[in-house]
Amino acid sequence: MPDSNTQEAAGSCRPVLQVVDVTKTYFLDEVEVHALCGVSLDVCEGEMLSIMGPSGSGKSTLMHIVGLLDHPTSGRVIVEGEDVSGMTPNQLAAVRNLRIGFVFQSFNLLARTGAQANVELPLIYSGVSAGERARRAREALERVDLGDRLRHFSSQLSGGQQQRVAIARALVSNPSIVLADEPTGNLDSRSGIEVMALLQDLNATGITVVIVTHDANVARHGQRIVELRDGRVVRDEAVSDRVDARNELAQLGMNTAAGVAAVASGDAQ
Amino acid sequence: MNILESFRIAVRAVFANKVRSLLTMLGVIIGVSAVILLVAIGTGVQKEITGTIEGLGSNLLFVFPGQINTSGGGFGGPPQQGHPFSNADAKLLQTRLSGVDAVVPVASSSGTVKLGNKSGRSTLMGATEQGAQVFSATLGGGRHYNRSEVDASARVVAIGYTIKTSLFPSSDPVGQVITINGQRFTVIGWYQKQGGSLSGDQDNQAYLPITTLQNLTGVSDVRIIMIKVTDAAQIDLARAQVKRVLAPKYQDNVTVMSQDQTLGILSTVLGTLTYMLAGIAGISLLVGGIGIMNIMLVSVSERTREIGIRKAVGARTYDILSQFVIEAMMLSVTGGILGIALGAIGALALSSVVPTEITPWAVGLAFFFSAGVGMFFGVYPAWKASKLDPIVALRYE
Repeated sequence: MPDSNTQEAAGSCRPVLQVVDVTKTYFLDEVEVHALCGVSLDVCEGEMLSIMGPSGSGKSTLMHIVGLLDHPTSGRVIVEGEDVSGMTPNQLAAVRNLRIGFVFQSFNLLARTGAQANVELPLIYSGVSAGERARRAREALERVDLGDRLRHFSSQLSGGQQQRVAIARALVSNPSIVLADEPTGNLDSRSGIEVMALLQDLNATGITVVIVTHDANVARHGQRIVELRDGRVVRDEAVSDRVDARNELAQLGMNTAAGVAAVASGDAQ
Repeated sequence: MNILESFRIAVRAVFANKVRSLLTMLGVIIGVSAVILLVAIGTGVQKEITGTIEGLGSNLLFVFPGQINTSGGGFGGPPQQGHPFSNADAKLLQTRLSGVDAVVPVASSSGTVKLGNKSGRSTLMGATEQGAQVFSATLGGGRHYNRSEVDASARVVAIGYTIKTSLFPSSDPVGQVITINGQRFTVIGWYQKQGGSLSGDQDNQAYLPITTLQNLTGVSDVRIIMIKVTDAAQIDLARAQVKRVLAPKYQDNVTVMSQDQTLGILSTVLGTLTYMLAGIAGISLLVGGIGIMNIMLVSVSERTREIGIRKAVGARTYDILSQFVIEAMMLSVTGGILGIALGAIGALALSSVVPTEITPWAVGLAFFFSAGVGMFFGVYPAWKASKLDPIVALRYE
């Protein structure tokens, strides 16, 4: 298996998330669709992993399963050493609440609800007191540079700002893992780079980040790329030429024309 | 998460979706207020009609020629086949009955009442001087006709309020001369306003001595004989006496009804009215209910996605359900209370036009039905969505 090689190469790997021989089969109009055909994967603590693949490769399905939003047809998911296969929906909710943060392509913020209230949401369900919630939500929003947008509704924020609110929501509960599903998919290039920069910053503080994307350029922001095709892992290797989003932003600031060109080439891939 | 937190979340959700919340409440408000108002009008009208008849006094007997079949629930008025009474029958009853205050033969017709160039069609009521004891009209001025005027077929008339106001808008009619069917009559009195009744506008009636009316129309028939019994407890005795006295001449073709029986027949009519109202109330509830259902179902996809988001960040089934139960409860109860207030205000405002009476059962029924529909359609889709895998809820279209 290629992934064992990578782990050895990366040195000691304390798996924060383990996927063991997971399959997922859908039934669409009585036709069986095998979205995942026996995927095994370890996500090490503190790493930034990109799961890459074309649409239909099963990458989103895999993310939903490791995020406990969906259940596998067979196989096991182990979060921080705990097998979640036999858990009740409410136990799964507690694991999501405390250990996992989500960033979705379509943001998935509550409509007509202020940024701070959106960020507070996970804390409400973990029983944090109102004052503490407000403090931590403000702190998280400041970390994503939205300290001045606390009461703004989603409709009053740009796509990039909405995604930053979503990142603040993902990190506010101090999760062990942040899962980002095509986090730049609905954003213009600059906002996309900003979001990647935030995710890299987050990773730098020790939080494990998993990014799902079809875009090789986005994937190269991670330390390791796992490529899926037709529901199987076809590649698992460390990134040699890792992209630093902060550098990209600096370049973009210095030379807008060059930035546009870089994005154009990125889009072409 | 405690119940207080669920409450806060629900309040936040209600205010975050103001339009949806308002529309839901509107459904409850309309349903509740419509039912309360309609039933209030129905009950008010029913009470007033019953009250009018009861106001006649429980010691009255109405004697009709012929037989009225009351068993079928119909109220067809005097049947054709009966032979009409005459003044002599009334006199006979007067002399033969004991324990009665008044025996009043009543004839009626319609005629043209005219003063100068003002005229109108009115009901002409002919009775004896004792009529004042059995009619519910109250004199506003002047007097009723007396016995000598009845005996002499005098051309005197006491007019109802409508006639008075149309012919004498500003002056006192007493002592004036009007024409009825071309004959000249002296107005001796007028009656206060009574309002409508089942038998038409009581205020558009002219009261003449029965002999005068019979001369005027050329018909000596007596339509009905009204008898006032001294002691209401003796009314059944009096009824039997009436039948016995009239039996030699009319055999069984006499109907004697007490006010209770009249009410009994009327209650059939009023019962139908109640069913009609219940039907209208039911339709209002249905309409209100469909309104609530619509807005709730339209927002299902949005709410399902909201539930997906909440579950993704760690909400348990209980958290979701308590939020939506509290939300639906708040909207339904607030809407219900506003609906009750609106219905009550409406009933009060309308009471100058139509008699209204607010009935507790209508308030209760409307409130609990509308609130129940609101609860069901608020909670049921949420309950279903809370059972979905979070990703299914998130992607719900």
